[in-house]
Amino acid sequence: MADAPLKLAVPRGALFGETLDLLDAAGIDTSEMRGDSRSLIFEASGMTFVTMRPSDVPTYVEAGAADVGITGKDVLLEQADRVVYELLDLGFGRCRMVLAARTGNDRLGEAQRRLGMMRIATKYPRIAEDYFESTGRRVELIEVKGSVELAPLVGLGDGIVDLVATGRTLEENELEVREEIVDCTARFVANRVAHKLRAAEIDELTAKLREASAR
Amino acid sequence: MIHPIPPGTRDVLPDEMRELRKLQRALMEVFEGRGYGEVATPSIEYDELMARADGPTRSSYRFFDESGELLALRSDMTVPIARLVASRFAAGEPPFRFSYLASGFRAVRPQSGQMREFLQAGVELIGAAPGEGTVEVIEVLEAALDAAGLGRAVIGLGDADLYRQLLEELGVEGEARDSILISLATHDLVGLEQKLIDAGIGTEQAQTCVRLTQLRGGSEVLEQAHGLGGEAVERATARLSETYEELRRRGIADRVQIDLGLLRELGYYSGAILEVYDPALGHVLGGGGRYDGLMQQFGLDLSAAGFALYLDRVHTAQLEEARRG
Repeated sequence: MADAPLKLAVPRGALFGETLDLLDAAGIDTSEMRGDSRSLIFEASGMTFVTMRPSDVPTYVEAGAADVGITGKDVLLEQADRVVYELLDLGFGRCRMVLAARTGNDRLGEAQRRLGMMRIATKYPRIAEDYFESTGRRVELIEVKGSVELAPLVGLGDGIVDLVATGRTLEENELEVREEIVDCTARFVANRVAHKLRAAEIDELTAKLREASAR
Repeated sequence: MIHPIPPGTRDVLPDEMRELRKLQRALMEVFEGRGYGEVATPSIEYDELMARADGPTRSSYRFFDESGELLALRSDMTVPIARLVASRFAAGEPPFRFSYLASGFRAVRPQSGQMREFLQAGVELIGAAPGEGTVEVIEVLEAALDAAGLGRAVIGLGDADLYRQLLEELGVEGEARDSILISLATHDLVGLEQKLIDAGIGTEQAQTCVRLTQLRGGSEVLEQAHGLGGEAVERATARLSETYEELRRRGIADRVQIDLGLLRELGYYSGAILEVYDPALGHVLGGGGRYDGLMQQFGLDLSAAGFALYLDRVHTAQLEEARRG
C-alpha cells in the first residue's frame, strides 16, 4: 500500500520535548519541528508529522486523520470510548493521577463521613468517576478547564483529582496527595484500520520506538 | 424553526438517497445472484431473544409494551435470522441462504459520534459444512465489495477461539481471563502484557502472547505463529490454514489478510471471524464470522456463518475511492 506517507500525531505541550528526543533516538529527523516555525504539519524521514494538543491525539487517530500517534495514558483513560490501538508504553512523561486536598485540613474526610459525599474538582471527570465508583464512594464532580489547584483554595469542592509530575504545584498551593489513582506515561497508539492495512510500516516504527525508549 | 432529532440518528436527502439506493441495489443483486434470498424481520423482538446477542453489556433499546411485555429494538440481524430459521425451517433441508437490508439500533455513549440507528446489508449461511461455509461467505463478501467499487478493500480473517483456548491452556481463568480478553478486544497491548504477567504466566510467555496478536498478513503469518505457541495456536492456525488454502484454490485469497490479533466484541462468534477495511476510511466497514454456538441456543445443530456491512460507511468509502480516481 504505497499511499501517502505514514502520518504521526505528535503532542505539543509537556510531552513535546521528550517525544522529539525519542524520535531522534529512533533515527527520525526532528530538526524542522524543533525550529520556531508556526506550521502544524511537517515532512521528514519519509513520514508526515501533525502536531496538536495531546488531548486531540485520540480523536485524530480514531478517525484515521493520523495513522499513529503519541499521547499520555491520562488522555487515553479520559477518552476510553475512543477506539485506538495502544501499542507501546514509551516510558517518558511519567506522572501520577492523584486525589489531593488542602494540607492539614480534614474537610475531605469530614465530607465523606458526615455527608457520605465529596465534592471533587477535576479536569478528568471520567477517570475520577471510574475511580470513586470502583472504590464505592459517592462524589459530586465539578469539571473545570484551567488550574484545578485553585478550586479547593476558594471553597469550590473538598478536593481535586489531577495529574501530578513533581508535586511542586500542589505544594506551592498548600495541597497534599491523599490517594494515588494511576500512573501515567506516554503511549504509542494506532488507528485500527491503519494497523491492519499498513502493518509493515507500523510494525517497523513500533520496533524502532521500542528500542529507542528502552535506551 | 429548528426541530431537533435525537443524536445518533439522521435524515437522508434525495442526492444521497439516490447514491445509497444504487449501492443497495448493487449489493442485493450480488446476494440474490448467489442464492441468498432477501428476508425481512420485525424491528422489535422480545427482549429475551435479543439478549442472546447482546451479552452482559446490553446495548439494545428496551421498552414495555401495552401488556407489560419487555421488547427490544433489534441490535443486529443475525439473531432474528437465527430465530427465523429455527422456527420456520427446522424441518427443511439445509443449507439455508438469506440476505437482508435492514436498520439496527444500539445505545451509544453520548457525543461519541456513533450512530444509534444504522443500516446494514449482509448475508447468513446456515447449515453448510463449517470450512466450506466460511469460504463461501468470504467469496460473497468479496463480490459485494467489488460491486460497491471498493477494489482496495481488505478482509481480515481471524479465529475467535484462539485466545479463549490459549488462556485455558495457560491456566488463566475467571476474572483474570475475562479482563485479558477485554484488553485483547480493545487492543490495549500495554495493559494486555501487564495483565498476562499479573495472571502469573511469566514475562517471556506474556510477551510471546502479545507478539502473537501482532501477526497479520499472508500465509507467512501462520508459519510465524507456529514458532510462538502450543496446542491452542496449532489448532487455530490449522483452521485458518485450511480456510486460506481453499480461498487460494478459488483464487480469492489476495485480499484476505490473516490476522491473529482479531477479536470481535460480539459474544456469539466461534471459529472464523471477519472484519472489512478500506484504506480510504479509518473505520471498520463491517464484519462477521461463524456462530455455530448461537444456532445451538436455538436448538439447531447447524454450522452458520455470515457478515454485515455498514451501508453508510461503505458509501463514504465509495465516495473517497471515487475522489481518489
